[in-house]
Amino acid sequence: MSLRSPLARVLGLGAAGDGTSHWWAQRITAVAMLILGAWFAVSLPGLDLTDRGAVASWVAAPFNSVLLILLIAVGAYHSQLGTRVVIEDYSRGWAKVAGLVAVQFIHVVVAGAGILAVLRIGTGG
Amino acid sequence: MAANQRPLSPHLQVYRPQITSVLSILHRITGVIMSVGIVALIYWLLALAGGDASYATALAVLGSVPGKLLLFGWSLAFFYHLSNGVRHLFWDSGRGFELPQVYRSGWAAVGMASLLTIVFWAAVLSGGQP
Repeated sequence: MSLRSPLARVLGLGAAGDGTSHWWAQRITAVAMLILGAWFAVSLPGLDLTDRGAVASWVAAPFNSVLLILLIAVGAYHSQLGTRVVIEDYSRGWAKVAGLVAVQFIHVVVAGAGILAVLRIGTGG
Repeated sequence: MAANQRPLSPHLQVYRPQITSVLSILHRITGVIMSVGIVALIYWLLALAGGDASYATALAVLGSVPGKLLLFGWSLAFFYHLSNGVRHLFWDSGRGFELPQVYRSGWAAVGMASLLTIVFWAAVLSGGQP
């Protein structure tokens, strides 16, 4: 006999209340980061980083702009998923709540600033 | 025992370090290192968007000795997390859990991370010409 309600069994969310969604999102973004990270690591050595004009026109090329924005957005999301678990593992009480909120805020601000930078370079601003 | 007295995971101090546990904690540490590294990446992009003066400042900051050391550390963290991440995705398929396999894939991840880091910096220092 199971003590779980039929509803709980159908929803399949378990004791933490969010089921496999965090685990699955981490894997999907990991695969995306494998592709985006490999592209970035292969692209960087081909750039003369001391030449601002050349780097800016590389960033401004539509293909590179799209992949850079994806790298920033998916990277920040994957990073947020990971640092979230680190905080959940090593802190408790108010420190945990404050840490989780701070980490999420910082990730959103940093990703937003990065995407804005790429868009400004892309539009020649 | 009161709830706030219970030990937190993963209780590292009671274990003897071995390749399995060391590579596992390294995966987490390199992940956190790269979470900080994102800030540097965004700083570089913001400086690039800001104009010649701000980009020159960013080049001076990132090109200084501590800047170069950080960039090398971030690249090593990136390639280790990437290599060991592939190992994790392989494990997710339910394979490779026998101890000899775990040791072998662990050293493979370390080897791959070292190789990729060396190839990357060789490419950077040779100006991207293969």
